[in-house]
Amino acid sequence: MKTAESITPAIEIHHISKSFGKRQALQRVSLRISPGEMVALIGPSGSGKSTLLRHIAGLVGGDRDSGTIRLFGKEVQRRGAVSRRIRTIRSEVGFIFQQFNLVGRLSLLTNVMTGTLSRVGTLRSLLGIFPREEKSRAMAALQCVGLAEYAAQRASTLSGGQQQRAAIARAMQQRARIILADEPIASLDPESARIVMELLQCMNRDEGVTVLVSLHQVQFALQYCPRSIAMKEGRVVFDGPSRELSPAALRQIYGLKNDGLDLDGTLPLNVRVCTPPAVAAGA
Amino acid sequence: MTATASALRLPAIPLRTKILRLLLALAAAGVLAWAWQGSEMRPLDLLTYRQNMAAYLKGFLTPDFSEWRDYLHHTIVTIQIAIWGTLLAVLGAVPCGLLSSANVAPAWIHQPVRRLMDACRSINEMIFAMLFISAVGLGPFAGVLALFMHTLGTLAKLFSEAVEAIDPQPVEGIRATGASRLQEIAYGIIPQVVPLWISYSLYRFESNVRSASVVGMVGAGGIGMLLWDAIRSFNYGATAAMLIILIVVVSILDLGSATIRKRYI
Repeated sequence: MKTAESITPAIEIHHISKSFGKRQALQRVSLRISPGEMVALIGPSGSGKSTLLRHIAGLVGGDRDSGTIRLFGKEVQRRGAVSRRIRTIRSEVGFIFQQFNLVGRLSLLTNVMTGTLSRVGTLRSLLGIFPREEKSRAMAALQCVGLAEYAAQRASTLSGGQQQRAAIARAMQQRARIILADEPIASLDPESARIVMELLQCMNRDEGVTVLVSLHQVQFALQYCPRSIAMKEGRVVFDGPSRELSPAALRQIYGLKNDGLDLDGTLPLNVRVCTPPAVAAGA
Repeated sequence: MTATASALRLPAIPLRTKILRLLLALAAAGVLAWAWQGSEMRPLDLLTYRQNMAAYLKGFLTPDFSEWRDYLHHTIVTIQIAIWGTLLAVLGAVPCGLLSSANVAPAWIHQPVRRLMDACRSINEMIFAMLFISAVGLGPFAGVLALFMHTLGTLAKLFSEAVEAIDPQPVEGIRATGASRLQEIAYGIIPQVVPLWISYSLYRFESNVRSASVVGMVGAGGIGMLLWDAIRSFNYGATAAMLIILIVVVSILDLGSATIRKRYI
């Protein structure tokens, strides 16, 4: 029987550190994710979730004394230096951003087509000449996320939820083997959030795509991801089955003092709502 | 309620700010006085020589359109010079503008390119026209090259300012798909700046029609040549006729390009 160790991990991170000035955003983070897993990355804001995801995609290099990141055995970065072959590696990684990062003035179809750029020659892509079958694949991807009828529309004319679904279609078009999603549902309404999470789940289940998704709503992690990794102050403080995230464990992660944890909504934040003073009549 | 409202005080202006403002006002007044002296401003002369002025105006009030075919022909040449001068400048300003943007090219590229564009911009079209006349001879082509050089400097700066003001997030979205640097520019940056680039180019075309009417004065083709001759021979009737034709044509072009610009912004 093959042990888990003998399979090349989809994502392998070894001792990654990053500091911004004096602040340590990541402190010797190490973790391993096997192909086909769907993993949630949770933790309070500023805990390093985004920074970690951006390091995995090679969008940022770690500190000089930082370790390595490998995706399917291919090195993304070592000692803070991003690999020279990063473009080839990135072509297999779909990155989903909180703010979608579509090009607003381009049509939805063109936005999805940008997922093929790494496979098309520079000259052909600059002239906008794409193979016919790639265009049909892009339409199929849009169909899959339920946006085929908007293919010709500018991305900026669509709602947030629709734009995020188009971003998922772009990752499909890339034929991504790994999806890194950075707070993909943080700026969406509940219904759009559910659709986006289900699309990610569907790609994970049907295509075997490895998904690492950062979430600030714990209930989505419990619902969609069998495994969760929790971060706090740049360190991994929990890594295991999501069902083991007890209220006590969550309180410890989020540093909440009282039992105000609300598992069916967002975490309560201690922000007092300030009502503007009423204008005194006749003053 | 009223108690809390009255407790809110407007922020006080610190003494330092007040002194700074006073110094700034004094400095501005000083510069104005200094420039007044240097440019030998004599507003009273307008009154003293009012009879001369009246004579000039009288000449202008009787425009002489007898040679209008010739004037119109040269005005059209002026526009043709402006069209090619602007088009070449736009084509050159796309790469030069991108190369002088700090978010596209590293400092060792964008700094030298910027200085080169500064040089193009700081030299007036008239001077470029005279230089090109000695290179390619008298005629409109020298005018085209002169407009091209000066406009290249201006548009490259405007283009690069647009590029530096883009939203970096879509560009990162393209980068994350494994796209090359050129593809990032073509799919992430250009779509964001195209409306501004079109608007700037049309605006420069309008001003180039005006500039093209001047480069003719040094022999680089267009209506400027005829204007210069008429002014030098005190033929105010012909001068007035040419100016009227020029004003009408420029106004029509301005209106047309303003309409196009509105649609793109």
